Amino acid sequence: MSAVANAQTWVKEQPWRMWTNQALTIARIDLRRGLFSRRAWWVYLLAFAPVALIGAHALVDSAQRTGGYLQEDTNVLAGIFQIYYMRLGIFFACMGIFTWLFRGEVAEKSLHYQFLVPVRREVLVIGKFLSGAFTSFVLFEIAVFSCFVLMYTHFGPLGSAFIFDGPGMRHLGLYLLVTALACVGYGAVFLALSLVFRNPIIPGLLVMAWEAINPIMPALLQKLSVAFYLRNLCPVQLPVEGLLALFTVVATPVPAVVAVVGLLCVTAAMIVFACMRIRKFEITYSTE
Amino acid sequence: MNTTDNRIVFENVSKFYGEVLGVNRVNLALDPGITSLVGPNGSGKTTLMNLMTGLIRPSRGSIRVLGMTVDDPEHLFRAVGYCTQFDSFPRGVTGYEFIYWPLRLHGLDHTRADQMTKEAIDRVGMMSAAGRKVAGYSKGMRQRIRLAQAISHHPTVVVLDEPLNGLDPMARAETIALFQALGQHGMHVIISSHILEEVDRISDRVVLMSNGYVVAEGQIHDVRREVKDHPMQILVRCSNPSKLASQVFALDHVVEAKINNDGQGLLVRTRDAEQFYLLLNRVVSQGVVDVEAVAPADDDVNSIYQYLIGSDGSNA
Repeated sequence: MSAVANAQTWVKEQPWRMWTNQALTIARIDLRRGLFSRRAWWVYLLAFAPVALIGAHALVDSAQRTGGYLQEDTNVLAGIFQIYYMRLGIFFACMGIFTWLFRGEVAEKSLHYQFLVPVRREVLVIGKFLSGAFTSFVLFEIAVFSCFVLMYTHFGPLGSAFIFDGPGMRHLGLYLLVTALACVGYGAVFLALSLVFRNPIIPGLLVMAWEAINPIMPALLQKLSVAFYLRNLCPVQLPVEGLLALFTVVATPVPAVVAVVGLLCVTAAMIVFACMRIRKFEITYSTE
Repeated sequence: MNTTDNRIVFENVSKFYGEVLGVNRVNLALDPGITSLVGPNGSGKTTLMNLMTGLIRPSRGSIRVLGMTVDDPEHLFRAVGYCTQFDSFPRGVTGYEFIYWPLRLHGLDHTRADQMTKEAIDRVGMMSAAGRKVAGYSKGMRQRIRLAQAISHHPTVVVLDEPLNGLDPMARAETIALFQALGQHGMHVIISSHILEEVDRISDRVVLMSNGYVVAEGQIHDVRREVKDHPMQILVRCSNPSKLASQVFALDHVVEAKINNDGQGLLVRTRDAEQFYLLLNRVVSQGVVDVEAVAPADDDVNSIYQYLIGSDGSNA
């Protein structure tokens, strides 16, 4: 029998359905502790702080409803998205959410309960990743959607025309896509790093430093960055000058499909790495 | 997986935490029944339990539980339940949820998981508190709910790290009865405990540990016989202890014979219990004394522990 046929047989023999159910059950258990717990208040704050600002702006500047202001607000929204959400909000929320998935349970000395059930540790990683991805995805998708709606609705008919007859829907779709990809991309990176480092601040600083210096790296290394792919998908490009240059990725543009697939590949690689790490993970709370 | 193997086997297992020794060169083959791990703090009892459940990996050697490797949680934990010593719980969980959700991870549907959850909770007498958050439980209740989780899926091997800690006398007696029932059903019940008298009473075999090494293992009486450098103590309740004393002093292997304060018994310390019993049979058949009862006075875990480890077990 050929290697391909062997692989096909192996794939068919695996209890995928049971693994899926177990991963979903783990995600469900974790979601109750993550998304709906009081401890998650700061993630809500990170997600919805710009919504409050844009809401206030919509109320205060409701008189300025001209086309010039609309273009200006489009750039402001792009800035908020790329500088705040992409580089700070989603980044730090994912750092908190995903590093806490395992490290939190180690800190609370309850991880062993998840190791003492008939579940493959890889399935545990997937289940926890799903819970983190769902938490960050729901919060930030709602927040970004709210920002977009608030930014354009106060323009009245002009805003409606921008959304429904102009590029608005495409912008919205791309913002939501980038948000989703940022959540899974950064999430996978932080999940993997949390299984290497005991202190989540260290992986956070490492990733932040990597993302910051990535634009000056060779083309091949640039592709090992989450921001590299996200930047290529953003609907409005920010000017790379002044203070913005510190936060803006200057990368060789890649087609949208390549960006999406590339980011998903980075995500998959990180999850595979996490699965390999978890197999060797030991419960030694006293030395943590 | 070799499902015909019903033993827990450690083959030359060592575990080091960096420079610190956890356990060293452990070779054990445990049959079904109640096995007690006995030893002072830091002797390696918990390390041994964590190794057999895969929570930590051996630095050397291999472990098989019922023929399964401990690297395969998917199969291992269908047969194994572990009640750890960690007195911590997932945040915000109720007693019911604490048992129900792991059962769902076994692949059970809601109805079956619910039924088995209630059955396990009932078995440890916690039904009235099942809906309350574990954070509000007393130490004894937390201990019992952990025990309930460990047995909820009807495992073949139950590993219990200090399971009697924090229990009041009534709960302790009930829990011991539960262990005995589990042991009688052909299950492996592996217990570590510092309450040596209770362990002694229920164990089929003991594993004595000290500084990461297994210093003795087997049935308590066999282990006692192996301890040659401490003469065995035998208490003989009889009608005329002084006459018996005069007979036993003629034997080389008798180190000491002491008449009880009530004058109705003789405590003999001998290096050869078999020879002493032969003499006793002869004395009885000659009608020298009427023997009411004969019992070893120091083949309990506490004494063996004292002889082997040089401690009275109070810090175990």
